[in-house]
Amino acid sequence: MFDLHEHGLKGLRLMAKIREFEQRLPALSQEGLIRGSTHPSVGMEAVAVGVSMNLEARDAIASNHRGHAHTLAKGADFGRTMAEILGRRDGYCGGKGGSMHIGVAELGVLGTNGIVGAGIGIATGAALAAQVSGDGSVAVAYFGDGGANQGVLAEALNLAAIWSLPVLFVLENNHYAQSAAIEQMVAQPDFTRRGEAYGVPAIAVDGMDLPAVYDAAETAVARARAGEGPSMIVADTYRYLGHMAGDTEIYRSKDEVREWHTRDPLTRLRTRLEESGILAAGEWERTQEQITAEIDEAERYARASALPDPASAHTDVYATQGWAGR
Amino acid sequence: MTEKTPKNLTTWRALNSALHDILADIPEAFVLGEDITTWGTGGGIYGVTRKLVDVYGPGRVRDTPISEEVLLAAVGAAAARGTRPILEIMYSDFSLLGFDGIINQAAKARYMFGGQFDVPLVIRTNGGSGIGKAAQHSQSLETIFAHVPGLEVAVPATPGDAYGLLVQAVRTDNPTIFLEHKNLYYDKGEVDFQPVAFGQARIARPGTDVTVVATQQVLHAALAAADQLAEEGIEAEIIDPRTLYPFDMETVIGSIRKTRHLIVGHEAVRDYGWGAEFVAQVAEEAWDLLDAAPRRIGGARTPIPYSEPLERTVTPGRDEMIAAVRAVRGATMAEAGTPA
Repeated sequence: MFDLHEHGLKGLRLMAKIREFEQRLPALSQEGLIRGSTHPSVGMEAVAVGVSMNLEARDAIASNHRGHAHTLAKGADFGRTMAEILGRRDGYCGGKGGSMHIGVAELGVLGTNGIVGAGIGIATGAALAAQVSGDGSVAVAYFGDGGANQGVLAEALNLAAIWSLPVLFVLENNHYAQSAAIEQMVAQPDFTRRGEAYGVPAIAVDGMDLPAVYDAAETAVARARAGEGPSMIVADTYRYLGHMAGDTEIYRSKDEVREWHTRDPLTRLRTRLEESGILAAGEWERTQEQITAEIDEAERYARASALPDPASAHTDVYATQGWAGR
Repeated sequence: MTEKTPKNLTTWRALNSALHDILADIPEAFVLGEDITTWGTGGGIYGVTRKLVDVYGPGRVRDTPISEEVLLAAVGAAAARGTRPILEIMYSDFSLLGFDGIINQAAKARYMFGGQFDVPLVIRTNGGSGIGKAAQHSQSLETIFAHVPGLEVAVPATPGDAYGLLVQAVRTDNPTIFLEHKNLYYDKGEVDFQPVAFGQARIARPGTDVTVVATQQVLHAALAAADQLAEEGIEAEIIDPRTLYPFDMETVIGSIRKTRHLIVGHEAVRDYGWGAEFVAQVAEEAWDLLDAAPRRIGGARTPIPYSEPLERTVTPGRDEMIAAVRAVRGATMAEAGTPA
């Protein structure tokens, strides 16, 4: 169970740090330091943090194109993550991946991913490896309402169920698949029924509420760890920013966005912490300043990191460079 | 690996033997696929997985649902997490249902993530025509796989190479597409139970007059053609590359240096096939060694038809190989007075 004293400040701090990190990206993009596409998840932090607070380093996650929060919540270094987004040598992937392909092997981060829904199959595979090797780890697939419409979800739910794989299917329903409103793309909006149809216990949670996500994940991780099989968590959530830089957002109203801000996971948890006296008046402002300084440092690190050596474009294709001929 | 005396085995037996040895020797290895324990005599469509489950149990030998998309995605991740999956895709045509897992994920995982992950994955499947399986069970897709950076592609033609390449594939840290040929499962040959390194061609028949590079069924057609050609005074050197990536160009160039003539043959559709890439590389690297334009034979640009005379028409065989060799050696033929 989520304990406000034990988990409250830790969770709030991590959510705030991730938000500070992601809020820096549009400016870096404007400055021309970020190529291609980055997809911020500002507003959705409670899902990644609530799940990851129940995970260990040995556990695996498979993320998606909107995956900075998942990666950072799993323990990735903020500076190295930003360096990867900036395509720098000290990024986790030496600049080969970028925002959509950040992997961290030692933390079980099997990558953010450029293919919508791909993490579903990848997490299922990580869970299969856990079961075959008996290493006791669990795996998490993060995907959205868009990813849920990929056929692989049906196959994965079924496979995980028949084999009792230690996997969590975490569906972040942020209501839009890029610009497509979910109401137009599914006839049955209750995603938990998809899990249940395949024999995977599924629970709907308020994805804007860290304690709610935490509790659902705790149950699901315990179930997986005990060898009892997969679970599905459907988190109702929202992204405050556009799908990516340049999104005109013609598919949603400003009122709708404002309405979701009133459910903000950081504000809600902070209020609870202050009301219960865990956070003293003025204390959070000081914490926020520390967080800003930490992200300043991460940004400084990323900016200072050199661009990769062009020759490194040819490495890491095969395990033994050169044995493959030419 | 325990030392074993060489044996004369069918290809399916050799592969079965390889899988038994792999599961015995490599604790991280496991086998999965559709109908691999409960079909026929309990070894899948062609017997390759026979009795594995009896010895290694259902944890390491898994019958799967018909779900190529998730399976092909899952095995790459399972490989990146320290196991060595060997996934059987019943027919290579079915792998097309899961190309995201193969091409966007497994093939790229090492690279995208800057070398953090090994992906020791083997996807065993079969391709090729010859037994009337028609358009969606007979394709030769090796070119598509060989085109993708990050993948290795094995195309064994003999029982011995089937054994040796499979044990090697499981030991390497790269994702390997292991393409068996469905019309060669019951061919017999000597198996010495030794691994075969990738990127090392085998000279299947030495010769002096023309170099023929061919795989699987077309390799066997070339060997059959060579007997006829020898009677005509043409000694063909026949080379089996055994793996398309990595590809042993050195052995081929060495052969061309001697024969000065080149033919490449494969069952994959000739147009845009791997033979075209191969001939282009030879042209770039060894143009001066060739006395005549090289020639390709390959599958026709059609789907594989069902009825036997139709199927035979679109896949290259002994006669096409003989004709190709005669054409390339045209000048020599004329001198020797042999009809072209």
